[in-house]
Amino acid sequence: MANFYRDNNDIQFLFRHVDLATSAEICEEDFAFAGEFDHAPADAAEAIQNYEMVLDSLGELCGEFIAPRSESVDREGNVLNEDGTVTRAKGIAEAIEKLGQAEVMGFTLPHRFGGLNFPNLVYSMAIEILSRADAALMNIFGLQGIAETINAFASEEIKQKYLHDFSAGKVTGAMVLTEPDAGSDLQAVKLRAFQDDDGNWFLHGVKRFITNGCGQVLLVLARSEPDRSGGLGLSLFVCEPGPTVHIRRLEDKLGIHGSPTCEIFFDNTPCEIIGERQRGLVTYVMSLMNGARIGIAGQSMGIAEAAYRIARDYAATRKQFAVAIEKLPAVRKMLIDMKIDIEAGRALLYETSRVVDLELGYARRLETNPPEDKPELKQLKDNARKYKRAAAMLTPMSKYYCSEMCNRVTYDSIQVLGGSGYMRDYACERHARDARITTIYEGTSQLQVVAAVRGVCSGTAEKFMGELAQQDYDAEVKDLLEMLAEGTEKLKEAIAYVKEQGNEYMDLYGRPLVDIAIDLINGYLFCGQASTKVQMEVPVLDNGTANGKSIPMKERKAMLARRYITRNAPKIDAMVELVCAGDKSAFTDYEALVGPVPGE
Amino acid sequence: MGYNCVVLIKQVPDTKRITGDVMNDDGTVKRSALPAIFNPEDLNALELALQIKDKFGGHITVLTMGLPAASAMLRDALYRGADEAILITDRRCAASDTLATSYILSCAVKKIDFDIALCGRQAIDGDTAQVGPQLAEKLGVTQITYIEELTELEGRTITARRNIGNGWQQVKATLPVLLTVTGDANEPRVAAAKKMMKHKSALSPIEVEQKIRTENPDAGEVEIKELAELKCSKLIEKGLLMKQWDLDAVEADLNWCGQSGSPTKVHRIQSVVLAAKETRQIEPSEEGISGMIHELINDKVIA
Repeated sequence: MANFYRDNNDIQFLFRHVDLATSAEICEEDFAFAGEFDHAPADAAEAIQNYEMVLDSLGELCGEFIAPRSESVDREGNVLNEDGTVTRAKGIAEAIEKLGQAEVMGFTLPHRFGGLNFPNLVYSMAIEILSRADAALMNIFGLQGIAETINAFASEEIKQKYLHDFSAGKVTGAMVLTEPDAGSDLQAVKLRAFQDDDGNWFLHGVKRFITNGCGQVLLVLARSEPDRSGGLGLSLFVCEPGPTVHIRRLEDKLGIHGSPTCEIFFDNTPCEIIGERQRGLVTYVMSLMNGARIGIAGQSMGIAEAAYRIARDYAATRKQFAVAIEKLPAVRKMLIDMKIDIEAGRALLYETSRVVDLELGYARRLETNPPEDKPELKQLKDNARKYKRAAAMLTPMSKYYCSEMCNRVTYDSIQVLGGSGYMRDYACERHARDARITTIYEGTSQLQVVAAVRGVCSGTAEKFMGELAQQDYDAEVKDLLEMLAEGTEKLKEAIAYVKEQGNEYMDLYGRPLVDIAIDLINGYLFCGQASTKVQMEVPVLDNGTANGKSIPMKERKAMLARRYITRNAPKIDAMVELVCAGDKSAFTDYEALVGPVPGE
Repeated sequence: MGYNCVVLIKQVPDTKRITGDVMNDDGTVKRSALPAIFNPEDLNALELALQIKDKFGGHITVLTMGLPAASAMLRDALYRGADEAILITDRRCAASDTLATSYILSCAVKKIDFDIALCGRQAIDGDTAQVGPQLAEKLGVTQITYIEELTELEGRTITARRNIGNGWQQVKATLPVLLTVTGDANEPRVAAAKKMMKHKSALSPIEVEQKIRTENPDAGEVEIKELAELKCSKLIEKGLLMKQWDLDAVEADLNWCGQSGSPTKVHRIQSVVLAAKETRQIEPSEEGISGMIHELINDKVIA
């Protein structure tokens, strides 16, 4: 039986290594729900048992049911019918039904709406597991943030109307944000929202590139204040498909063929407002996007894992020059890099998800149940602020790192397979096509860097790494920690230099700055894994067959930390040097360097 | 209006995992060395019952005869959506062949109000496919075996398509009926999250007793009984105590149960030696592949 949770010992290791108990305690509000809901856990141990049972069951569904259908889903795609309805690929429609039966479509929604009330940390694991089976399906399973946004900001009436159906898997949603002239810059959204004399809201205009736009619950960003340009003129609305919602076109895409990308024309569509006017973009969509970015990081992890496995298997069995090609140094190095980068991405994503759970949990406690004791209240406020800052930096970092990593890994997966990898006989070409969108949607890598570099240069990164450095580590990684501390000092130098040069320069060299910070954070996370208390043996495979040998995961992680950190140290030096070189030719010599715009 | 379904399930050794290590010298299989699993086609039977419930409503009871360990499989059925689980366990059931098994099951099913009884086509340990049909006979209800598809269910009439080996046959019958379901009928759903979170603590009385004994190794019989009763009543409050019946509870005639009720005699056991044999290189060409395929068809390895 294929099971994408059980066959992945890194996810299982991290499940035990990371602090799930605190996430559980915060989500379950100190286990207050156990009396009211017979499935709600009574303590952290039970919550963790629940998480693992659900991941196990989802792992089975993904391995046995979803993955075998992913190839035909990719070939089939979606069809826009003459009546404007969309027929999904058969495998996707079947999978949606099974996911509903598995009761996992309200993963993070509260118990009272039929959700599981699971932490984001566990949701990220689930998204990775599912995306490994079918990346396109993630755009339905992984966009539960739509329901989460309704839960966070809409009126009780709207919550009751939609959230039970989301949990039951009866409806799927879409984030209807992008327009032909408003992509990365959502402040330019034009779609009009207006009220009739009775105060009812309606939508009019066109939206483009809408993932799952044929879903049953549409969250639409629209201009409710016609006289006000920019983000403060926008509000968020919810509506359902009907005679006034016309899907005009399905995009013909490079990858994620199972996910319908729609152009939608709203022709005076009745709708309801979410929360307050003018907060649509600045508050609600920002929160929605943060969740979606973590989702895309998880999707990237799943695609990379799937592509790596094909390459690993092929390299062990394909013989050239009378040996398995994995014996060749160049191939061997590629595979090691792929594997380490995947585990680095996973470490970063899970850490980010953990921080987000704390951020949301502390904010919720502050809002609904603030402690009366003054010092306790202050502590809570400090925590809420600290994790909010950390999450605002780590979220774009994860999205950026995991999606770029996933593109490298899928590219190299094809490379390991050579000519065979280029053919459609192997799934790695599909993974490479699916991977390509991850650095683009929900904010391009360039925008993630802009968001993350603010955190890197404002002291958040330094504080965060300072806390990581204070944790308990084993003596074996002491020299590695010293290297990381040196790297941190060099990063500080670069930041100081950049700050003198101004914001434009900071954005020009944002990428190396963020890269350095991520390398250092991942380095600490690996050192933490190498100092784990979790006892777990992992098999060491020889040419694809277990030869009975196994080593402790802790030992393996120590090797991995060593390789990762020593490999990065000279790269960090080079990046610091590059940042501090002061080259501004991108501003001064742009026209000469790129040449004229090509004519007809 | 819904339909009440009773699904007969069996815990079996995972025969897909038979290797040399789990064989006895006499050619029989060491059952304990293999993981115990939900008989695959029984999952298809349960899935069909769940689909009927999803569409029309009703109540699903799962029933198994087996060792106390079979409780794990009953929990699995609850995770997937069964409403009630019953364990028939009794030492006097030991050594029952298909005749005795179907007799005992018929006594139990008679105690349940049902419209449709569902069984997997056959169990992967015995591969007899006899228990379902024998059970239908003993219950005196119509049987439709080898179901591939439930075509229609309307009022008291059921229409189903059955596999007859070289084709299919559409059968219409009046409820109550007993269906045996093939692996082609559907793809079983996985455990549902909230049902799993709730029912993971469900236990059968015999499991409660075993647990109390392990936790209180020094306790006397009276104390164990008291503690077990206390635990059971707590579980009942939460709806987490699975039902458990013995042969007295189902009012079975002991002459028809276990060894005495089992006329089957094993004629011969063929010892299968699992060993790697010669390998052959097939030319990677059209002719090579087509030659191999023909050979496999002639040997009836593939159809």
